[in-house]
Amino acid sequence: MSILTLIPLFPLIGFLINGLGFRKIPKSLVAPIGIGASLLSFIAVVIVYLNFKENPHVIVEQVFDWFVVGDFKVSLSFQLDQLSIIMLFIITGVGTLIHLYSAGYMSHDEGYGKFFAYLNLFLFAMLLLVMGSNYLVMFIGWEGVGLCSYLLIGFWNKNPDYGNAARKAFIMNRVGDLGFLIGIFLIIQNFGTLEYLEVFEKAKSFESGSGIIVAITVFLFVGAMGKSAQIPLFTWLPDAMAGPTPVSALIHAATMVTSGIYMIVRSNVLFTLAPATLEFVAWIGLATALLGATIGLFQNDIKKVLAYSTVSQLGYMFLGLGVMAYTSGFFHVITHAFFKALLFLGAGSVIHAMSNEQDIRRMGGLWSKIKITAITFLIGTIAISGIPPFAGFFSKDEIFAHVYTHSKMMWALALLGSFMTAFYMFRLFFLTFTGSFRGTDDQEHHLHESPSSMTIPLIVLALLSIVGGFIGFPEVFHLPHSLATFLEPVYEGSKAVLPTFGEVHLDHNTEWLLMGVSVAVAAAAILLAYSIYGRGKGIPAEDSEIGGLKNVVYQKYYIDEIYTAIFIKPVLALSSFLGNIFDTKILDGLVDGVGKLVNWLSKYVRRIQTGSIAFYLFLMTFCIVLILAFNLYPFLMEAAAKPEIQIPGK
Amino acid sequence: MFQNAVMSEIPEVIKQIPLINYVLLATMLFIIGIVGVLIRRNAIIVFMSIELMLNAVNVLLIAFSAYRSDPHGQVFVFFIMAVAAAEVAVGLAIIVMIYRNIRTIDISLLDKLRG
Repeated sequence: MSILTLIPLFPLIGFLINGLGFRKIPKSLVAPIGIGASLLSFIAVVIVYLNFKENPHVIVEQVFDWFVVGDFKVSLSFQLDQLSIIMLFIITGVGTLIHLYSAGYMSHDEGYGKFFAYLNLFLFAMLLLVMGSNYLVMFIGWEGVGLCSYLLIGFWNKNPDYGNAARKAFIMNRVGDLGFLIGIFLIIQNFGTLEYLEVFEKAKSFESGSGIIVAITVFLFVGAMGKSAQIPLFTWLPDAMAGPTPVSALIHAATMVTSGIYMIVRSNVLFTLAPATLEFVAWIGLATALLGATIGLFQNDIKKVLAYSTVSQLGYMFLGLGVMAYTSGFFHVITHAFFKALLFLGAGSVIHAMSNEQDIRRMGGLWSKIKITAITFLIGTIAISGIPPFAGFFSKDEIFAHVYTHSKMMWALALLGSFMTAFYMFRLFFLTFTGSFRGTDDQEHHLHESPSSMTIPLIVLALLSIVGGFIGFPEVFHLPHSLATFLEPVYEGSKAVLPTFGEVHLDHNTEWLLMGVSVAVAAAAILLAYSIYGRGKGIPAEDSEIGGLKNVVYQKYYIDEIYTAIFIKPVLALSSFLGNIFDTKILDGLVDGVGKLVNWLSKYVRRIQTGSIAFYLFLMTFCIVLILAFNLYPFLMEAAAKPEIQIPGK
Repeated sequence: MFQNAVMSEIPEVIKQIPLINYVLLATMLFIIGIVGVLIRRNAIIVFMSIELMLNAVNVLLIAFSAYRSDPHGQVFVFFIMAVAAAEVAVGLAIIVMIYRNIRTIDISLLDKLRG
């Protein structure tokens, strides 16, 4: 068994130990097992990376044949290339930090062991998703992370609202998964295999924009919509904040929600062949980015703001993918994993300090009370706003540059979204950390900095959020874009089908200008946020006092209500019709009717059974004569027509 | 089977009576049997009528067998007679049992199975 196989195996073992031994394993052992599993996995990734660096060839390792049907074979196998290595680093690296954080954050929870078991199971599923060498293994992971997401959102299952949020996430994901599944079926039908390398090789013979490729990519993208919370399947993500905060950081910010982007980058050959789908992806991404950002402007729940920000940032990633800037989109996945995990963990730390208060109207003035959290949170906020030299700037700027070459209007809209992003993030920061404390005396009394198991991940992620962008410098800096160089082999297929792929030429003046504009926009947003919310001013109104257009946005454009009216109500009405009327009246009536009919008929038919032997015999004879006559009729007719047929002996 | 018949092999004695006569005799016997079964109410008479029908068939079999020079039919008749003898024993026993139970063998009274 090679080290590659060990990577997903460690979390699986951790899950089995903590999951099966739940209630039996002492609390002091649970966290070391959970964190240890994740850490060992990370170490394995590092070793695998070092080996790969010496010999950079795609490795496909088959663990076992899963099933063979005729010529069609699917095996459980892992593929290691540049793309999966980066995802592995994000998953195990950020995963380990969040495990560590959870040890502190969840320490007072009765479901401590269960929590670590689920987290490990999630890591296992996520690792399968990115390591699989074919779409089916990816699909196992895809479903696995969906399951873990469901389990962890509804982790505090005594609260029915949380259970509903979990179900909502699961069902919405199922809608997307159906699309993904249909995409997989289409791939099997048209390529006869699911192995990435074979599919992408065969895809090269297809023409650009051919119907079948467009269909496959659209269905795959529907899958991505569900998992990565894009319009119209995004409403589950904000509700998913019902889960414990580390879950929000790990699953609903850093890893799982980016699997849609991973999938598209993985299938980049197919998407490059389908420009129509890419255009669609770009517009959906842009619309999601703007929608998420506008809703984020007025939210008052610290986690909800971050959730909508995640929706919006995921939109930017899809926008990047849609303009064929796969590297830029993926770059944003990386930096977003750092700063969004940081922000969520910071929010968790704030909530922890505030005795489970999540409403920013009850916070304020926390800067001096929880210094480490505040500083790291500020770093995350700057990073997401796109201020150089923090990580978010580089990835976002790269996406914007590509969008600019694609369409100026999209660029302008994206810039508007960027303005809102910087605004609501700094609004969140000012309301939480500056001004005076607005909570209860009890909460003020309990204010404390989180334990070191929570602050260490914050500090590490803050450092990553600062330097994370340096893996991809813009061209004008004349510094190496190491990410693009590293990822280049992944796009060989795309280059083969589209010779101009990856050649984006912006003259340096334009590039400087674009950068200047986006930084200026972010800075303006920050200043605006400061002038409204800085120094304890502009505390948002209570829910009942919000009116007009603002309320529409605050109520998330009533999208949930619209979905309820369009989808849920009709389905409920239909089921109630089927259950109360169709089933009881029509189906039961049909079944009872058959019985009644037989009963009614037999009342008359039974009279044939007279009991009189003579009658029976008569009937029997009569029928025999009838049958004979029927059978012999043609023969007799023939005999009559041909008199030469002699009856022997006459 | 019939197509292979060889007329010359039929003995002269048999040829004197045409086959159609046997057929008509058998038909008459059979019809008498049927009518007897249908109109008589005495179980023994009905039983006898059934035997009559059986023997009408036997006559046919033998007649065809002789005219075809094919012994199969005659062998068949022997079997039928043997089986019929056994069947008569069983049938009469049933009739005796009926008589013991209801003191009559009038079949029109046996209508317990009326629906």
